[in-house]
Parts: sequence; C-alpha cells; structure tokens
Amino acid sequence: MTFFLETLIGGLLAGTMYSLVALGFVLIYKASGVFNFAQGAMLLFAALTFVSLQEQGLPFALALILTVVVMALGAILIERTVLRPLVNRSQITLFMATLGLSFVIEGLAQGLMGAQVRALDLGIEDVPLFWGDVMVSQFDLVAAATAALVVTVLALLFNRTRIGVSLRAVADDTRAALSIGINLNRIWQIVWAVAGILGLVAGLLWGARQGVQFSLSLVVLKALPVLIIGGFTSIGGAIVGGLIVGAAENLAEVYIGPYIGGGITPWFAYVLAIVFLYIRPAGLFGEPAIERV
Amino acid sequence: MNTQPQTAPSRLLAVHDIEVIYDGAILGVAGVSLHVDQGGIVALLGANGAGKSTTLKAISGLVQADRAQISRGHIQFLGEDTAGIAPNVLARRGIVHVLEGRHVFAHLTVEENLRSGGFLRRPSRQTLEQELERIYAWFPRLKVKRRTAAGLTSGGEQQMLAIGRALMTQPTLVLLDEPSMGLAPIIVEEIFDIVAELNHKEGMSFLVAEQNINVALRHAHYAYILENGHVVSEGAAQDLAAREDLQHFYLGGQVS
Repeated sequence: MTFFLETLIGGLLAGTMYSLVALGFVLIYKASGVFNFAQGAMLLFAALTFVSLQEQGLPFALALILTVVVMALGAILIERTVLRPLVNRSQITLFMATLGLSFVIEGLAQGLMGAQVRALDLGIEDVPLFWGDVMVSQFDLVAAATAALVVTVLALLFNRTRIGVSLRAVADDTRAALSIGINLNRIWQIVWAVAGILGLVAGLLWGARQGVQFSLSLVVLKALPVLIIGGFTSIGGAIVGGLIVGAAENLAEVYIGPYIGGGITPWFAYVLAIVFLYIRPAGLFGEPAIERV
Repeated sequence: MNTQPQTAPSRLLAVHDIEVIYDGAILGVAGVSLHVDQGGIVALLGANGAGKSTTLKAISGLVQADRAQISRGHIQFLGEDTAGIAPNVLARRGIVHVLEGRHVFAHLTVEENLRSGGFLRRPSRQTLEQELERIYAWFPRLKVKRRTAAGLTSGGEQQMLAIGRALMTQPTLVLLDEPSMGLAPIIVEEIFDIVAELNHKEGMSFLVAEQNINVALRHAHYAYILENGHVVSEGAAQDLAAREDLQHFYLGGQVS
C-alpha cells in the first residue's frame, strides 16, 4: 500500500510539471483560438535567457526580472509581426505560423546563447522527504506548490481584474469584444506575455530537472496529451490533465511495465489521450459551446 | 437626396454611396447612402440578405473582421472620415454596434458582460458602479440575473444585456442589428419602448436594422428600405407606415 501511494503521489507531483506547460497553451488557445506550437520554444528561450544572465553573474532575482521583461517584449514583437498580419486567417494557417515561429525562436535562442547543455540550479535540494512511510521528492513538492501558486494568480487575474474580464470576453466572442471597444491587439500581447512568463516558470523547473538544452522545447509534445485529456480551453483541465498523465505514467510503469518489458513512460500518455479522444473528444473540462442563434 | 451640407452640426453619421465586397469577390452592399442626425432613431428595413447587417458593419468597422472591405464610397461620423479606423477606436469615438444574434459573452456573468462594456472609458471603480446602476435602472431584469452566466439567460434578457453592455460604452450612436430576432412580440415591444425612451430622455441616437417593419416604423423617425444591397426607398417613418406596398415587401415582395 505504501508503495502504491508513493508511486501515485510521485506521479501526481510530477504531473504538475506537465500542467505548467499545458497552461501556456490553454491561455493562448482560449484568447485567440491559436494552438501555439511555439510554446515549447518560448519555454526554452526563457530558460536559456535566465541561465545566460545568471552566468553573467547577475543575482537570481535580477535575472528573473530581466527574463520576464524579455519575454514580455518578445510577446509584443510576436503579436506585431506574426499574429496581427495573419488575423482572421484559418486555424491551420496560424498553426503553421506558430510552427515556423518555434523554429525561429529555437534557432535564435541557440544562436545567441549557445547550444551546449547548461546546468540550472534553483537552490532546491532534491532530497527525499518522508510523510509517515511515504517518500516524496522535495523538488516535486516545490514544483507542485509553484503550479498551485500560478493557478491562484491566474484565477485572480481572470476574475478580479478588468484585463482578466476583457480577456475572457475576447475568448468568448471576438467580434462582440471588438464592438464594445476592447483592443484585441493589446489583449493578445498580454496573453502572449503571460504565456511567455508561464513558459519561464515551466522552463526553470524543467531546466533544473534535466538541464537547459534544446530538448527542453520538446516538452510541448508532452503537453499535447494533457490538453487532449483536460480540454484545450480550461485552466482547471490543464491541471487535472497534468495530474492524470503524471499519475497514469507512474502507475503504468510500475504495474504494467514488468509484463511488457518496461519503457512505458514515453508513450503511455498518448495511448491515454487516444482513449479520451474516443470517449470524450472535448476533454474533461473543454467548454461545450453555449450558442444561441 | 438631402440638401443640407455634410458638416451640419446636427449630422451625426453620413454614409455616401458605399459598396462592400466580401473576400474580394462577393458583393454585400452595392450603393447605400443614408444619414443619421443627432437625436434621431433611423430604421434600416429590408428582407434577409438585403445588406442591412453589412451596412451596419461597414459603419462600425466590423467589416474588417469579416474579411470584407468598403470598396467604394465613404462614411463620415461627426464630420470625420472613418475609413480604415479599427472598430475599437470607433467605439471610443462613440459608435457602438449591437450585433445581430446578440452575441453576449456566454460564459461571463450578466454583470461581467456589462462591466466589460464599461472598461472602454477607463472609469474609476466608483464611476463604473454608478454606470452599472444606471443600466440596471433601464433594465431591471438584468439586476435580478446579475450573477447568472449570460449564456443561460433568456433570449429577451440577452438582447437587453447586449444593449445594456453597449450603453456602458457611453455611445453617441448605437447601431442595433435585428433586435427583434427570435423574440416574443411583447418582449420586442418592451425593447423598442426602452430604445425610444433612451432616445427621448438621453438624446441617444439609434440606427436600427429590422425585418419587423411594423414595430420599427412605429418607433423610428425616419427609415430607409434596402433591397439587394441598394436603398430603394426612404422617408419619414409615418409616411412609410402608411404605404401599402411595404406590407407586401415584408413578406418578400418587391417595392413598387
């Protein structure tokens, strides 16, 4: 029983790391209907920028603030040069644009800051803690706490501020938002900036775990099953989807793995996603359209 | 045609012979001229597909969001040409568009919908609350439903909400597209009464596109009849209401 709990808790905590990546997608998808393939590249770019600044001898806080500024400026640039000219185009056009964008950002990041693997130390000791008999990783706990904090801040932003309400309005009905004078371009800039900052948070945690390197941008692919399971339009869905994927991966590896020779973790989430596509294509929390003619 | 100079102080909106083309090929409106004076209620009447919505979208700038463009003619609001101005900027200048089919923000509460309209003028928290109360005074039903998700309210409530949200932007000119659509006659009457009263008490100007000729002519001062993208007739509302051929036209017939 202890072993089962350990596996489950470890999986759930690791799952919050997936949730953090998925959140960035949800934000942009909700506000502009774009599946932003470049989210992974933004994550890499943010982590690389932070590490490079730290290597220049900047203290943690200053490097963090500067990276946030860089990500916000980058978001404004992307909105101006990529999204605004392509406004009202089909979804596939926008998707292709973000696919291209992801290669540009990756190339730029490595061109400017080098392609070698960098170590990132956030000062979190990865020592096991014990809750009764159950062993949990301290790093995973910090990651989970960060995810909880991020979600709380986002919820406050969306429900308590004018920008948040405008943002949800745009997500609901772009034309109506335009008709009452909401500045779409500004909203998109804010959304991309917030997604960039989320990318930074996720990038730091993932980077601390596996080193800051090119493969960091591939965590997008891990976010896909999370989004399919949780739903593309729901913040809660991104969280729950991440938890499900994390827990399922761990449990499957331990309990099914031995029978088929192990190595389940890399692909199990995708099988789960396909099962969800069969039974609940909108995802667990995907917003069913409320439409009246 | 009118003989007044275009820049007469009372002239709020002047549309000069506009043509609108969708996707570079499909003609939406082929030659519409109309004007709205300060404090007027003007009706734009016509059957489905006559070009009413397109005309309103041309005025509010929302044609741009539909991949359409004004290929000929021009529009002046308060004496200034509006060509190429983004819809959100036009909203700040005082044109607000209540879209056909209401388009409330379904997942937002009724009150959040109203607030979203108020953000445009960047009011203080206190001013925004006052504005809300003003709208609730016009539409008491909305106050009852303030915490309900807008998508779950009735069609009539959604229409009131769409109008209330538009009023929160403190407009000079309200473009109302088909407010009677899908609503019970008694609700339609209620909505038009409120429009007439807003016009009477606050001097707000309206341009209303309607298929429901009877109710529109009863509340409007002046009206234009649109057919196949052209203005085919215009006149004071009471004169048009007296014409018998218009009753046929309501059922899809031709204006003689």
